[in-house]
Amino acid sequence: MSRQSVSNINEPRVPFLRIARRHATPRRQAWLIRTVGLLAALFTGSLLILALGHNPIAVYLDMVDSAFGSRIGFNETVRIAVPLLGSALAVGLAFKMKFWNIGTEGHILIGGIAATYFALFHYDTLPVPVLLTVMGLAGAAAGGLWGLIPAFFRAKWNTNETLFTLMLNYVAFGFILFLQAGPWRRAGTDFPIIPMFEQAARLPRLFGIHIGWLLILSLTVLVYLYLNRSKQGYQLTVVGQSENTARYAGMNVGRIIMRTMLFSGAIAGFVGFIQVSGANFTLDETTAGGVGFTGITVAWLAHLNPLIMVLVAMFIAMLERGATRIQTTFMIPDAIASLLIGIILFFMLACEFFIHYRLVIRNRKGGH
Amino acid sequence: MDTFINFFNAAVLAGTPLLFGTLGELLTEKSGNLNLGVEGMMFMGAISGLAAVFLLELGFGFEMSGGLAVLIAILFAFLAGALGALIFSILVVSFRTQQNVTGLILTIFGIGFGNFFGEFLGRFAPGHAVTISGLAREGFSGLHIPVLSDIPVLGPLLFQYNILVYLAIGIAIVMAIFLNRTRFGLNLRAVGESPATADAASINVTRYKYLATCIGGGICGIGGMYVSMITTGGAWVHNSIQGLGWISVALVIFATWSPSRALLGALVFGALSIMRFYLPLGIPMQIYDTFPYIATILVLIVTSIRQSKEHSPPGLLGVNYFREER
Amino acid sequence: MNQQTSTFPAIQTQNLIKTFDKVVANDNVSFDVRRGEILALLGENGSGKTTLMNMLSGIYFPDSGSIEVDGKEVSIRSPKDAFGLGIGMVHQHFKLVDVFTAAENIVLGLPGKLFLDRKASTREIREISERYGFQLDPDKKIYNMSVSEKQTVEIVKVLYRGADILILDEPTAVLTPQETEQLFTTLRNMKADGKAIVIITHKLNEVLSVSDRVHILRKGKSIATVNTPETNQQELTEMMVGRAISLKIHRPLVEVKEDRLQISGLNCLSPEGVQALQNINFTLQSGEILGIAGIAGSGQKELCEALAGLYPVSSGSILYHPEGADTTDIVGKAPKEIRDMGITMAFVPEDRLGMGLVANMDMTDNVMLRHYDKGRGPFADRKRSRGLAEGLIDQLEIVTPGVSTPVRRLSGGNVQKVLLGREIDSAPRVLIVAYPVRGLDINSSYTIYDLLNEQKKRGVAVLFVGEDLDVLLELADRILVLCGGQVSGIVDAANATKEEVGLLMTQVPEEVDIS
Repeated sequence: MSRQSVSNINEPRVPFLRIARRHATPRRQAWLIRTVGLLAALFTGSLLILALGHNPIAVYLDMVDSAFGSRIGFNETVRIAVPLLGSALAVGLAFKMKFWNIGTEGHILIGGIAATYFALFHYDTLPVPVLLTVMGLAGAAAGGLWGLIPAFFRAKWNTNETLFTLMLNYVAFGFILFLQAGPWRRAGTDFPIIPMFEQAARLPRLFGIHIGWLLILSLTVLVYLYLNRSKQGYQLTVVGQSENTARYAGMNVGRIIMRTMLFSGAIAGFVGFIQVSGANFTLDETTAGGVGFTGITVAWLAHLNPLIMVLVAMFIAMLERGATRIQTTFMIPDAIASLLIGIILFFMLACEFFIHYRLVIRNRKGGH
Repeated sequence: MDTFINFFNAAVLAGTPLLFGTLGELLTEKSGNLNLGVEGMMFMGAISGLAAVFLLELGFGFEMSGGLAVLIAILFAFLAGALGALIFSILVVSFRTQQNVTGLILTIFGIGFGNFFGEFLGRFAPGHAVTISGLAREGFSGLHIPVLSDIPVLGPLLFQYNILVYLAIGIAIVMAIFLNRTRFGLNLRAVGESPATADAASINVTRYKYLATCIGGGICGIGGMYVSMITTGGAWVHNSIQGLGWISVALVIFATWSPSRALLGALVFGALSIMRFYLPLGIPMQIYDTFPYIATILVLIVTSIRQSKEHSPPGLLGVNYFREER
Repeated sequence: MNQQTSTFPAIQTQNLIKTFDKVVANDNVSFDVRRGEILALLGENGSGKTTLMNMLSGIYFPDSGSIEVDGKEVSIRSPKDAFGLGIGMVHQHFKLVDVFTAAENIVLGLPGKLFLDRKASTREIREISERYGFQLDPDKKIYNMSVSEKQTVEIVKVLYRGADILILDEPTAVLTPQETEQLFTTLRNMKADGKAIVIITHKLNEVLSVSDRVHILRKGKSIATVNTPETNQQELTEMMVGRAISLKIHRPLVEVKEDRLQISGLNCLSPEGVQALQNINFTLQSGEILGIAGIAGSGQKELCEALAGLYPVSSGSILYHPEGADTTDIVGKAPKEIRDMGITMAFVPEDRLGMGLVANMDMTDNVMLRHYDKGRGPFADRKRSRGLAEGLIDQLEIVTPGVSTPVRRLSGGNVQKVLLGREIDSAPRVLIVAYPVRGLDINSSYTIYDLLNEQKKRGVAVLFVGEDLDVLLELADRILVLCGGQVSGIVDAANATKEEVGLLMTQVPEEVDIS
C-alpha cells in the first residue's frame, strides 16, 4: 500500500491540458492571433482550390484583383459592401443589448416594400428630393415597426426573440412574393415581376456608385456615436449586460428593448430602401439576398464596433466579388464564395477563443 | 375520400423532410445547443447522399440496386450532416463561440457546400446534372408491403410510402423512448436543462453535447437527402432545400421539444405547405405559404405567456457551459 | 457497521494547501472526521471552509498535502472519484434539474441498465427516507418544492449513491428553525447509522447543538479541534475571530433626529403569489442606523427592494418626509419617478455584481449608472464619471489597475467600495444597505462601518440589513427583526441581548407590540 501512496504523490494531479481565461490580451497579440487564423483559413481554402486543379495563389490574387484592381471592380465591391455594412449596423445595435435579432433580412424586405410603394405610385406626384426622402423615411419606419413586434413580446412576456425574428423573415418574404405575383405585377406580363423604378425614384450617383455608400457611412458614424457616447447607447449596453442592474438603476427595460429594436429595424429598413432605389431599381425576392444573415457575422466579427464593421464588410464583399470573377476565369462555381466565407468565418470565430483563453499545458517538471 | 387520401399522402410526403430536420434539431437542442445551421446541414446531406450514389455509379459504370442506393445515400447524408454538426460542436462546445452566429455561418457554409459540389460534380455527368440511375431511384419510390398496403383506405393512407417516411417515423419513436425511458436520455436532458447539475452528477457534459449535436446533424442530413432523392427525384437542383431547415427549427418550438408532437407538427406543417392545392380559401398562395411561420410565432407567444415549465425549451438552451466559471 | 469502525478516521487531511492566484485559501489544513460522529467545521466567511470541502469533493485539487480515507492516501480528481470513495457533498446552492422529479434527480448520472427502472428507484428512495426520517415524495417535480424539500432531495441523492461520508455546506442558511431542527434529527439518525458527517457553518448555536467535535478554521489555517461538550460560545468565537471578542464598532450618537421614512401596513406578494411581506410598520429616522435582522429569506430582500421601488407593493404606504417640505407617498413609484421627485435614496443591494454593478463594465461606466441621464442633450458625460471614479479610488483606497478595469476583476472588498462609494456620492437622504460586509475581510468590513457611521452623522437615515448579530448590536441604533415576512419586534440595540434578538428571529410574538 505504501508503494502505491508514493506513486500517487508523483503522479500528475493537474489535467494535462486546461483552459484558463486571459485577463487582458495585448492588442498586438490579438491581431497576431487573428492574422494567423486568417492565414489558416486561406490555407484550408487553398486545399480545396488545389483539389480542383488550380493554383490557389493565382486564384486568390485574381479575387483580390477583381475586387480592387480596377475602378469598376472597386465600385462593384462597394455596392456589395453597402447593404452588408448596413445590416451589420442594425444587428450590432440589437446584439449589443444581447437581443439576438436574426430578423434583419426581413426588416430589409419590409423597408424595401415601403420604399417601393412610393417609387411605384408617387414618383410623378412628388419632387425628386422629396420623393427620395419620403422613400427613405418610409423604409426606415416600416422596418422599425416590423422590428418592434418581436421586441414588444420579448419585453412583455420574454418571448424568445431569436426564433420570433427568424419566423418574421419568412412572413416578409411571402409578402414580397405576393406583391410580385399580384397587386404590383408589371402590366402586360405573366412573370411575377415588379416594374423597374422611374428615374425619379432612383438614388443619384456619387463617384460612380449610388450615393447609398455615403448614406451608410454617415450612418456608421452615427451608430458609433450612439453606442459609445449617448445616454441611450449606455442604457442599451447596461440592459444587455444585466437587466437586473438596469432596473435597479431606474431604467425602463421594456421601453429600451423596444426603442432599440425600433432603431435596429429602421436601419435595416433604410438599407432596404437603398437596395431598391440604388442597387436594383426594383423590388424582388432577392432584394435582401441573405445580407441580413451575413450582416450578423460581419457585426460579430467586428466585435459590434461599427468602425471595424466597415473593414469586415469590405472584406466579405471582396470575396463575393472575387467569386464571380473566378467563375469565368477559372470555371470555379461561384457558390465557392459561400464556402470560402464559411471557412474563413469559422476560423475567425475560433480565433476569439485563443484571444480570450489560453491553453495551459501542465508543467511536467514542476511536480507540485 | 380519395381527395382526402391524396391530401394526406401529399402532406406526409411534404412533412417528412421537415420531420427529419425537426428530430435532428430537437436532439441537438436537448443537449442545450441551439444549432441554427439546420438549413446548411440539410444542404450538405442532400448533395452528399446524392453524390455518393452518383459517383459510385459513374466510377464503376453500373446501375445500383435501389436497396443499396438507399443505404449508401442514408450513410453519406448522415455523415455529411454530422460533419457540419461536428464543426459546430467544436466551435461552440470547445471554442465557446456564440451559438447563433456559429449556426448562421454553418448555414452559409452548408449552402455553399451543397450548391458548389452540386454544380461542380454536374460537370462530370452526361446530362450536366448530378443524377442517379432509374434503377437506384426505385429504392426511393413508394413501398408495397404485402397485405398491409392492400387494405382498402388504410393501405393507401398509411402503408404505401417510401422507405424514408417510415425511417423518419421510426426515429421519432426511438427518440421518444430514448429521452423518456432510458438512463442516457435522462442524462442528456439534464445536460440541456442544467449542465452544472449534470456535471456535478459526473455526467460528461462535453461528450453528451458533441454526440447529441452530431447525431442530430446527421438526422438533419438525411432530411436533406430526402429532398434531393425524392422531392427533386434523384437529380441535383440548385437551392433545392429552400428554407426547409429553417422551418424545422421552427417546428421544434411548435412541437415544444417532444418527438411525438414533432410527428404531429411535421404533418400539420406538411399539410399547410400543400393545402393551397386542396383548399383554396381564396387567399393568395404566397400568403398561404406564410401560415406555417405565423403558426410558429403564435406557438412561441402562447408558450411564453403560459410560462409552462413542461413545455419550455431546455433550461440553458443556447448558453455555453464552462465548468470553471460556475 | 462494525467493519467500518476501524482505527482509522473516515477522512484525515494533512497539511492541505490551496492557492488561488496570490491568495492562500487553505494553508496547512489538517483535520479528521470519524465514523459515527458529526464534525462541525467552523469559520468566518472567507476562512477557507468551502475551499477545503471542494478539495474533498473533487472540485478543486490541492496544491500540496494529503488526504486519507480510512487510512489510505487517495487522490480525488473529480466528483466521481469522491463518490467512489463514499464522499458525498450537499452544496449550499442546490444542483437539481427543475423539471425533473425528485427520483429522476436522485438517479441522475448513475451507471446501470439502459432503461430506467422507476419503480425500483422509487422504492429504494422510500426506504432511505423511512430509515432516516425524511419526508420526500419521489415523484414530485423540483419546481413544485420548497427549499427544505430540495435540500432533502440533495441529501437523499448523496445517500442513494452509497455515500457514508457526508459534507453539508451551510445547510441551515435557508431553513426555518423548525426545518433546521428536522434536519438535525435526520443528521443524528445518520450518525447513529455509522456515517461520518461534516457540517460547515458559522452559526455557533447550531455547532453546539448538533456536533460532537468542532474544527475551527481562521484565514485558511487550522486553529484547533475541540470536543463540543468541553467548549462554549465565547471560546469558539475567540478561536474563530482570533481575538478576545468585543468587536468595538463605534456607535456615534446623533442628537437631532427626525422621521424620514414612515412605512405602514406594507404588504407584498412574490411573483409566485406567496406573501413575502406582511403588514410591515416602522419608521426610519434621520441620523440613525436601523439594523434589520432575521434568518435568511425572511423578507429582507423584498423589504429593501420595495422601499427602493423595485418590488411590487400590494398594499400599504411608504411616506417620505423631507426636511421642511410636504410628505409624499412613494409606494408604487418606479425608481426613476422617486428620483425625479427629488428624493435621493441610495441602495446597496445584496447582489453586488448582478444588480448594483455591471460586472463587465469598468469603474467609470459603473459610477455613471447613477447619473448617466443628467445633463442636457443626447450624450452622456463620461468625463464627470471618470473624475468621480478617480476620486473614489483615492478616498476609499480602492485597489484597482485603473478606472478602465472591469469591476469583476476587483476583489470583493473593492467591489463593495465602488458600489457604496457611488451610492454615497449621490448625497442620499436615505441609504439602504443589504449585507454590505458579506464576504469581506475584517479590515474592509471596518472601512464599511466607518463609512456608514459617517453618513449617519450627516443626518442620513440608514437601513442596514445584516446577518451577524454581534455587528448589528454594536453598530445599529435600533434593530428591527423580521420573521417570515413579518416584523417580530423592534429593539433598542444598546440594551438588547443577542438571545433576545435570536428569539425574535424565530418567532413572531403573539401580541405584536410595535413601540
